[in-house]
Amino acid sequence: MKELKILAVVVFFTLLTYWGVEPYAHSVMHKHVESKDFKYEDLKPLKKRGDAKRGAETFMSAGCTGCHGVESAGMPAPMDPVSAAASFGVNPPDLSNAGALYDEKFLAALIKNPAHATMVEHKFTEGRQHPMPGFYGVGGDIDQEIADIVAYLKSIAKKPEEITPKMAFEDACGRCHAVHYENWTQIGEKPKFKYKKDELLFDAKVLDYQDYLYKYMGKLPPDLSMYIRSRGEHYISTFMEDPQALLPGTSMPRVGVTAETAEKVIEYLQDSGDLKREERDSVGVIVMFYLFVFAFLAYLWKQSIWKELH
Amino acid sequence: MAHFEKANSLHEWLDQRLAIDTLERVLAKEYWIPKNINFLWAMGMVLAFTFGILLVSGIFLLMYYQPNVELAFDSVNYTIMREVEFGWLWRHVHAVAASVVFLIIYIHMFTGIYYGSYKKGREMIWISGMLLFVTFSAEAFSGYMLPWGQMSYWAGMVITNLFSLGSLELNGLVEWIRGDYVPGQAFLDRFFMLHVLLLPLAILGLIGLHFGTLRIPHVNNQDGEEIDFEAEAAKYKAGNKREAKVISFKPDFLSKDMFVLSVFLIFFFYLVFWHYSFAMDPINFDPADPMKTPPHIYPEWYFLWSYEILRPFPKDPGLVAFGIAQVIFFLLPFLDRSPNVAPAARRGKFNIWFWTMLVDVIVLTIMGKLPPEGIYSTIGLVATIVFFALWISLPFITKNEKAV
Repeated sequence: MKELKILAVVVFFTLLTYWGVEPYAHSVMHKHVESKDFKYEDLKPLKKRGDAKRGAETFMSAGCTGCHGVESAGMPAPMDPVSAAASFGVNPPDLSNAGALYDEKFLAALIKNPAHATMVEHKFTEGRQHPMPGFYGVGGDIDQEIADIVAYLKSIAKKPEEITPKMAFEDACGRCHAVHYENWTQIGEKPKFKYKKDELLFDAKVLDYQDYLYKYMGKLPPDLSMYIRSRGEHYISTFMEDPQALLPGTSMPRVGVTAETAEKVIEYLQDSGDLKREERDSVGVIVMFYLFVFAFLAYLWKQSIWKELH
Repeated sequence: MAHFEKANSLHEWLDQRLAIDTLERVLAKEYWIPKNINFLWAMGMVLAFTFGILLVSGIFLLMYYQPNVELAFDSVNYTIMREVEFGWLWRHVHAVAASVVFLIIYIHMFTGIYYGSYKKGREMIWISGMLLFVTFSAEAFSGYMLPWGQMSYWAGMVITNLFSLGSLELNGLVEWIRGDYVPGQAFLDRFFMLHVLLLPLAILGLIGLHFGTLRIPHVNNQDGEEIDFEAEAAKYKAGNKREAKVISFKPDFLSKDMFVLSVFLIFFFYLVFWHYSFAMDPINFDPADPMKTPPHIYPEWYFLWSYEILRPFPKDPGLVAFGIAQVIFFLLPFLDRSPNVAPAARRGKFNIWFWTMLVDVIVLTIMGKLPPEGIYSTIGLVATIVFFALWISLPFITKNEKAV
């Protein structure tokens, strides 16, 4: 039929334009980085089997709690976030769930050499030290001791399925990045205040923290509220896995999350920047159903009128 | 005053006062349309409907949008997208319609060019349509500023810079347009006004004019055949619908319009629900940052072809080329010197002209998005030269066209 041929021509040129302006231009302007499935193959696998009990002792004697809190084991952080940032540039994470959130190979490498594991060695040259000192062992076999500490961290952590998207985000990203659409600041969720004065005090603390962070990172890490829309899932996921691959020289550390944690972080960011995605799908199906019925009836109407015209 | 009988129905009551039967007869039932037209002639209706969608969704967005440089971004991305019930729907409908409306405009324009619908008595249809195109472009550009994202800000910067007119360096003019040295609050305020009031009013007026221009010469048809509308209408009214070359707008063509519209709406709402991102540049989801230039600045897809005409040349010639590209389509009815009103396929060299122009505009569009480097610059330059060569050659290749 002639009209279908005309339609095919219109569709062809429309798709050609679309292809050129969208997928093709995108592929030229943005380097595509394939995910390596969060396998961290550049890091050595753990050779020893860790023992959680021994790990707990090693953990204490290694002095980890001098900077890190472990809330789940009844050890609060030694400093509030702002003072911690004043000392270290950034607030050291609470380690309660580190064993569930991060890859075990990454944890082991981090304990040994933090700048190397997080791929930010380029920042710590000319005598500058990473705020977390590397672990040199407490006298025994260092690989065994590290395996023990990792086993300990895993033993106290919540099960991966108990980790919510919010917990994953806050632990892995939330000490540097704010998400103001989720009311998240780098020092925690902003509460509702009764008095303006208390709110201003809280805001002042956030600003102080951001100042320290700015000095440590070289720029204030961006607010991630709309990142799911401005960067997209794939970019965020591969960026978390290996920031240097997408933005060489960035001061953002490799976070070392597991694939499951990364998925949860994405989900948290979707809730921030794309909250209505499920509603969109469900309303969409209803609207499409309506339109197909409408199109069918419109076709019948057209046929009934045009059979008298030809 | 006229004499009024007691009305027996609301219809009769209204008819006595508003002559609704006469209006319906003149505007719809006896508004004659050639029978020999295909679905491309329904694009006018599709455009009118899409404009309606834009108007209604725009009004809903207007209830929550804040034209303030501090609040604009969050009022769109937080308030409308998260807090307002179905705000996301209105926003996606508005954004997708703003993009799709240009696709349909281009289809509508190239249909007109292909079938010679701008010629011999139909010049005003073409010119009023082009005025609509230009006004829609201004409407789209002013609307793109409003979410105050990165691309809003930098596109606003780049486009207003054009008004310095190259070497003339009329920077005072640029600042006068912006109301500031850089895009800021005054800039946002005035673009907000243009987008929600002045330009939509102008569009409504121009739509009225565009419809009016159809009345005397009637719409063209697939063969460019000259139809004696009165004689054919008489056949139709005598009940000889099969032989009449014309049909009534209502219900005959309207029923076809509605079917085409329904197919279009399936495509449109598929985009709204599952592919909205094609119409929304991700960079515009970063808030405007005057301290940070995006790596690539490019306009929305529907402006890319004319943007690409600006780029391959040095400043001044580039601006002149850009200026010509904006107005050259207006002159089409006068540059095409053939007396034929016929589809391009039957017009020899013009057929080649048409398809080359179509492909060239698509090439320009694609190159306009890509970074202006290496091979892309070269292709862009060639396509720009081809664009102008086509326009220059048009009077010559149509002058001696054989009558068909």
